[in-house]
Amino acid sequence: MTATATSARSDLSELGRSETALRTFLHGLPGVDQVGAEQRAAQLGTRSIKTTAKAQAIDLAIRMVDLTTLEGADTPGKVRALAAKALRPDPADPSCPHVGAVCVYPAMVPHVAEVLRGSGVHLASVATAFPSGQAPLEIKLADTRAAVAAGADEIDMVINRGAFLAGRYKEVYDEIVATKEACGDAHLKVILETGELATYDNVRRASWLAMLAGGDFIKTSTGKVPVAATPPVTLVMLEAVRDFRAATGRQVGVKPAGGIKTTKDAIKYLVMVNETVGPDWLDPDWFRFGASSLLNDLLMQRTKLTTGVYAGPDYFTLD
Amino acid sequence: MSERVAVRKTYKLFIGGKFPRSESGRSYLVQDSNVSLASRKDARDAVVAARAAVKGWAGATAYNRGQILYRVAEMLEGRRDQFVALGASAAEVDAAIDRWVWYAGWSDKLPQVYGGANPVAGPYFNLSAPEPTGVVAVVAPESPALLGLVSVIAPAIVTGNTVVVAASPSAPLAAVTLAEVLATSDLPGGVVNILTGRLSETVPTLAAHMDVNAIDLTGVADAELAAELEVKAAENLKRVLRPAPADNDWYADPGVTRMTTLLETKTVWHPKGV
Repeated sequence: MTATATSARSDLSELGRSETALRTFLHGLPGVDQVGAEQRAAQLGTRSIKTTAKAQAIDLAIRMVDLTTLEGADTPGKVRALAAKALRPDPADPSCPHVGAVCVYPAMVPHVAEVLRGSGVHLASVATAFPSGQAPLEIKLADTRAAVAAGADEIDMVINRGAFLAGRYKEVYDEIVATKEACGDAHLKVILETGELATYDNVRRASWLAMLAGGDFIKTSTGKVPVAATPPVTLVMLEAVRDFRAATGRQVGVKPAGGIKTTKDAIKYLVMVNETVGPDWLDPDWFRFGASSLLNDLLMQRTKLTTGVYAGPDYFTLD
Repeated sequence: MSERVAVRKTYKLFIGGKFPRSESGRSYLVQDSNVSLASRKDARDAVVAARAAVKGWAGATAYNRGQILYRVAEMLEGRRDQFVALGASAAEVDAAIDRWVWYAGWSDKLPQVYGGANPVAGPYFNLSAPEPTGVVAVVAPESPALLGLVSVIAPAIVTGNTVVVAASPSAPLAAVTLAEVLATSDLPGGVVNILTGRLSETVPTLAAHMDVNAIDLTGVADAELAAELEVKAAENLKRVLRPAPADNDWYADPGVTRMTTLLETKTVWHPKGV
């Protein structure tokens, strides 16, 4: 390790101490070439992945799914059924891997924890006044602690977009640090809600801010606003985690969420991961899909590859 | 001044209300024209489009479906010369137009004839109503190209099914031109999807597809292929219409079997109260 890298690392850890240092750093990040990012993302979507490579990609994508239900109408029975599906997505095929995690509201965590205990499937809970994040800090932290106490080992927090857009970066930073502390051993995923950040430059800044503050994952969206994960936004975030690891040596995961519905979309994201940050991130520990309907499409494509016959939704669960 | 060069038509597929080329990019020469050669992926896409259209089409009122079928007849009337130019006889076009009208009339009558109250030994109303089975794959007869095609599409869709039709490989121009008629008849996109090309490529895919509910093998002349397709169709218990005899008279009264085979019967019990 070189002296400059060490000093760069200590410099970065100092940034959170003052508003000015944070702003200077975040605004000093190179701007994103919007047209370039969109073109690059579109170009990476044109790769053709077939046969054995496709079978591998599908199984990897299934292992990366954060099977999500975040509805006001969620009931203990519904989330238990979802957890059962997470353990064995395709009951007809024992070789089908389990998903990465189940993602629910904090109140539903105990019901899911019962089902998932000891299975290797993670239990993610949204917290910090999801999805708006517009609540006093103490409430957000209490929300987080309750979810962890109930058995969640991953916390999906939302950043304070109001403060971020107003330029109060230190406030956002401090909230993430406090939430990370409240998480204890649980992994912290930081939701940037890129659909509300307006520009790719802001996405890059928010990504760095979340990573500097200690987030283990950066996640695109809540799924509750019209614009969710898009390939260019994910590309910008992947570049951020790549640059962050180069600067600090710490690897951070990425989770696009919302609007990813088909196997084709999922495979495009996997190609993008491989081409942007490399195979180190091609693992459920470092890349996840926040999705619900995606899983059924993956299962149908998987069935098509094993049976040679196009599958139909009548033969998979409704959820 | 240079002489005007005529604009030649590209004969493409009809999927989801649009006219795409085959995703394979292939075409074949038939009837002096280049016609898209559909692949199994086109068949897959057509099933997706047909499935998406089921809810709206089956949910439309029978009266509305009848109106739309009648509208198809109106549009076809206006294009009579075009079909004659493609090789259909005037009598065949007339019969095809009349067939649309005939089936249009059935839309709100079929449930009355094939549904109704069942007498039961108890204080209940017991009512049966025929409902569409869903997505129907159809192999259109080789000839007559237009009348045969209309005679297999109309009975499937009048009850609320949506169809994926494999057109006659040797005379596909009538099918593609009929698609233009359907596209301008208020028929929602995806209710009728038409694939041109080799039957051996598209039909086995459709017969095995788990999201297809019924298959009409009318145009399958090869008995061995027909048997193979029936075996494939058995996997998810598709309803099957067997191939038509070679000497089938398409001008005769078609009867109702084509409609009733592609239906499911829903029966409900309801306490009578006193």
